[in-house]
Amino acid sequence: MQEILQELERRRRAARLGGGEGRIEAQHRQGKLTARERIELLLDPGSFEEVDMFAEHRCGDFGMAGRRIPGDGVVTGQGTINGRLVFVFSQDFTVFGGSLSEAHAEKICKIMDRAMRVGAPVIGLNDSGGARIQEGIASLAGYAEVFQRNVLASGVIPQISMVMGPCAGGAVYSPAMTDFIFMVRDTSYMFVTGPEVVKTVTQEAVSREELGGASTHTRKSGVADLAFDNDVQALHELRRFFDFLPLNNRDGVPERPSFDDPEREEPSLDTLVPANPNRPYDMKELVLKVVDEGDFFELQKDYARNIIIGFGRIEGRTVGIVANQPMVLAGCLDIASSVKAARFVRFCDCFNIPILTFVDVPGFLPGTAQEHGGIIKHGAKLLFAYAEATVPKVTVITRKAYGGAYDVMSSKHLRGDVNYAWPTAEIAVMGPKGAVEIIFRKDAGDPEKIAARTEEYRRRFANPFVAAARGYVDDVIMPHGTRRRLVQALRWLRGKRLENPPKKHDNLPL
Amino acid sequence: MFEKILIANRGEIACRIIRTCRARGIATVAVHSEADAGARHVEMADEAVGIGPPPARDSYLMIDRILEACRRTGAEAVHPGYGFLSENALFAEALAAAGIVFIGPPVAAIRAMGDKIESKRLAEAAGVSTVPGHPDAVRSLGEALHVARAIGYPVMIKAAAGGGGKGMRIAHDEQELEEGLKRAQSEAASSFGDERVFLEKFVERPRHIEIQVLGDRHGNLVHLGERECSIQRRHQKVVEEAPSPFLDAATREAMGAQAVSLARTVGYHSAGTVEFIVDRDRNFYFLEMNTRLQVEHPVTELVTGRDLVWDMIRIAAGEPLGFTQEEVEFSGWAIEARVYAEDPARGFLPSSGRLVRYREPEGEGLRIDSGVFEGGEVSIYYDPMIAKLCAHGDTRDRAADRLAAGLDAFLLRGPAHNLTFLRAILDHPDFRAGRLSTDFIAETFGARFAGRQLPEPRLRMLAAAAALMTWREVARACRISGRLPGRDPEPERSWAVALGGRHFEARIAEDGTPATVELDGERFLFALDWHPGRMLAELETDGERLRIQVETVAEGFLLIHGGAELRALVRSHRAAELAARMPEKEMPDTSGLVIAPMPGLIVSVAVVPGQEVKAGQELLVLEAMKMENVLRAERDGVVREIHVRPADAVAADQLLVTLA
Repeated sequence: MQEILQELERRRRAARLGGGEGRIEAQHRQGKLTARERIELLLDPGSFEEVDMFAEHRCGDFGMAGRRIPGDGVVTGQGTINGRLVFVFSQDFTVFGGSLSEAHAEKICKIMDRAMRVGAPVIGLNDSGGARIQEGIASLAGYAEVFQRNVLASGVIPQISMVMGPCAGGAVYSPAMTDFIFMVRDTSYMFVTGPEVVKTVTQEAVSREELGGASTHTRKSGVADLAFDNDVQALHELRRFFDFLPLNNRDGVPERPSFDDPEREEPSLDTLVPANPNRPYDMKELVLKVVDEGDFFELQKDYARNIIIGFGRIEGRTVGIVANQPMVLAGCLDIASSVKAARFVRFCDCFNIPILTFVDVPGFLPGTAQEHGGIIKHGAKLLFAYAEATVPKVTVITRKAYGGAYDVMSSKHLRGDVNYAWPTAEIAVMGPKGAVEIIFRKDAGDPEKIAARTEEYRRRFANPFVAAARGYVDDVIMPHGTRRRLVQALRWLRGKRLENPPKKHDNLPL
Repeated sequence: MFEKILIANRGEIACRIIRTCRARGIATVAVHSEADAGARHVEMADEAVGIGPPPARDSYLMIDRILEACRRTGAEAVHPGYGFLSENALFAEALAAAGIVFIGPPVAAIRAMGDKIESKRLAEAAGVSTVPGHPDAVRSLGEALHVARAIGYPVMIKAAAGGGGKGMRIAHDEQELEEGLKRAQSEAASSFGDERVFLEKFVERPRHIEIQVLGDRHGNLVHLGERECSIQRRHQKVVEEAPSPFLDAATREAMGAQAVSLARTVGYHSAGTVEFIVDRDRNFYFLEMNTRLQVEHPVTELVTGRDLVWDMIRIAAGEPLGFTQEEVEFSGWAIEARVYAEDPARGFLPSSGRLVRYREPEGEGLRIDSGVFEGGEVSIYYDPMIAKLCAHGDTRDRAADRLAAGLDAFLLRGPAHNLTFLRAILDHPDFRAGRLSTDFIAETFGARFAGRQLPEPRLRMLAAAAALMTWREVARACRISGRLPGRDPEPERSWAVALGGRHFEARIAEDGTPATVELDGERFLFALDWHPGRMLAELETDGERLRIQVETVAEGFLLIHGGAELRALVRSHRAAELAARMPEKEMPDTSGLVIAPMPGLIVSVAVVPGQEVKAGQELLVLEAMKMENVLRAERDGVVREIHVRPADAVAADQLLVTLA
């Protein structure tokens, strides 16, 4: 017994050392924490329960038989964040470069299975050189096992990927199928084929950072949701982010005490929308002034900036926020913004998070780039997402709600529960100028007549009353009271039950 | 007494005049440009009349439109405020012709004092001490050299029709005089359409001290003491106070008597200000007389208990002054700080835009004159002054402390502003000691200001507060729903705080009133009125109340207090230990990137690629609504790339020039 215990202690020590002091030092020199250090910062102190600490690979080829390191390149287990259960795997770059072996994959699958069974989120901390080449197709099989679980878990438990080192080749598809991807600046990158292959195949010379660094994925590709300055900050912010998320698709949103007054009025919102309909304003000010304590966790803030998405809280309970941003491209919908918002709406719907939509949309972005890029199908994704969502949907139209884009943005016709308009709202088929040019085409040569017609159209249609008369908006509300009205709507909507017809699954226009 | 007064101005001064009228039961009429349709002075007035497009020359300077507004509303009198038409003799005449009372001095006095040469001559005649110099315009270089030799270098070359520092040049020797004369003449010609210049002795490191005078239409004239306005930046007053910490009773009396004498000479009535410069030996010299209400009049009101606007109205209505010089009483000390929309970190470039957050401070002895509101707009068309914050106290230090506390609690987000800069001035030992000159800002802060260092004890206090704030946030986070049974996490009590380049170990012993926080072994007891989401924290310790502005940032807070903006990183010990192992990331060097501080039009580019430039050298000129802003190099370097050309329209924060 004594001997066994001594042996256990020896093995534990060995496992905790991962790839050894030298590798740990190298990891630190690169500005990265080790797999275990990361878990320490992510979870509540002392809450981590490790599993499969002694797992080893079973490969005998290429001299691997003599090189076994307990844990096999990934640390797995469960713990808590502010007392709430979460499953974690953290790839250990100091052990075989964090490469994925069959055993490594099995460890990840084990905690994913557990997470699904009990309904708790999975967080992956990715730092891996890729497949364990020495293991051949056993390693590929391991990836596929993980992929399969990512898919089955999708919509059941939240899955979050924090990419904290390399993530290349097939490995990218696991994070790609999780709900959120975060990266660390300068130390993480993601791509399907690396710069060497790119050079060989296409002659294109590109750096790792340019091809798949945090800046590329948060600004150009939209693959990553956010980037952080370093590991310590990333893990701190991940804890903060986790507090917004439900644990699974059954429990509903978490709630915590709020210090904010649900009745708080913001008189300054009455002047947010400028008198000139062509002048932009910052929609983020509205978001920050209605959520609890001004605390808004914005996602993809540097990508498709013409739409804003993120989480906030109302009365301490999580809400998802989607808002057109008039500061960028006049807030119109285009391919990138439609896809960005559609995926977010679907996440909220999966996990019973009410959706607040703030609308100021002049329409879809015109042009060959958009049409040839497939705006028809991509725009339809957002329409589809809103239409199928059964969570509480509360919409506030601040200014423009024109044409098809009006329909898309959580309109009454897509089962919007509460649809409000500010007095500055203009709900119409299009802007006055465009409408007059079509309706009164015969007057096109007479600028005076056109001006008069435009003014007539503006008076008749550029207001919230036509829509209110038809019940498309429930009420015209004062901007300063927006928070109070949202609070009230969300209170009574807590009891909302709505189900879509049973089906195997829908067929979102991909 | 008048029943209705029109205020031919905007912003804080219009609001301030309306306040007095309202208190006295006089109806008010505001005038406004299109840009000001939703402004506070419009909302406050009983009636409002639109008088034209945003640029002042098309609205607030349009005499006809203001007369028309008077006629339409039946206003019997006009208060012009300061600036705009306040010292415009034509305006005063036009009003008189229309039978409307101008609430200000007689036209002749405006005219006489509006001309620098004429006013100096009158001052000398009234026995006012003037700067040694030649009262006549110099016509030739030869004449200038002769005059300069007589009064002694350094000399100041000044435009006869000038003001605001335009057309002014200092010459230390004959060569500088030759160069300066030409420049001053051409500048005077282009700025004022009058190329006459004159010479006078240049007083080095002077103080600016002015005397408030007040007279009625019946020959009664008094002075209300002095204001010291030495703290200026490029001739723009920034901090003013009454009384001056420099004057002795004899000098004060002599200055007051001379000011009254000058006013009497020009038959003055209403409120006016005689400006002097004062040298190290308390010799004082007449500078000019402002024939209107001054921006900084509140400090005089605070120490005399008078309402100068009401006095002006009474006098205009023909009432006698009603008190004598002997009856003027002074009590305590008052200091005013002008809050400008400008960016001290970018060389004080003017700023504008929506006031996303705007909360004025409250506190004992504070007075705030402002014309804006949260959600309102600081317009690009007008003076960028947002508000005047004044404090009154029985001593100078008490007033300064109150003003400092007020500045700490002044919440302003949106346009860039100078609140932290003002706060830093108030804590400066030279300011506290009253060691001032008009060079104070240039010598103490240079061309830009990016926050100050806080003294160690204050830094420690802030570190303790930041730890407690973190503890409160974490304690709340621990109460989230959905916790595992048996998992009731205890909020961490020990925190590592990095602040202002220092590291502290903090432990929350107890949170309550007061809370106890141990910082590196020192015990801090204080009451902290703050919860997550609040932008303003009030911290009370040892009878002192500190206001700290708080913004949440990743891993901590941004704390704004005492003229400093500090990022406080508050981490668990383990996180701090691990963070310390990370190599310091090199921050990208942005000092070589010149970006547009505001949207506008490129007027000219002064450099070419490959050119060597020195810090402060002009790179290009950006015009934003008729204001030409010179963008200068922040450091020495070589121009690598110029990204714009003249006539390009640029957005705010657009990259303009890259320096290598």
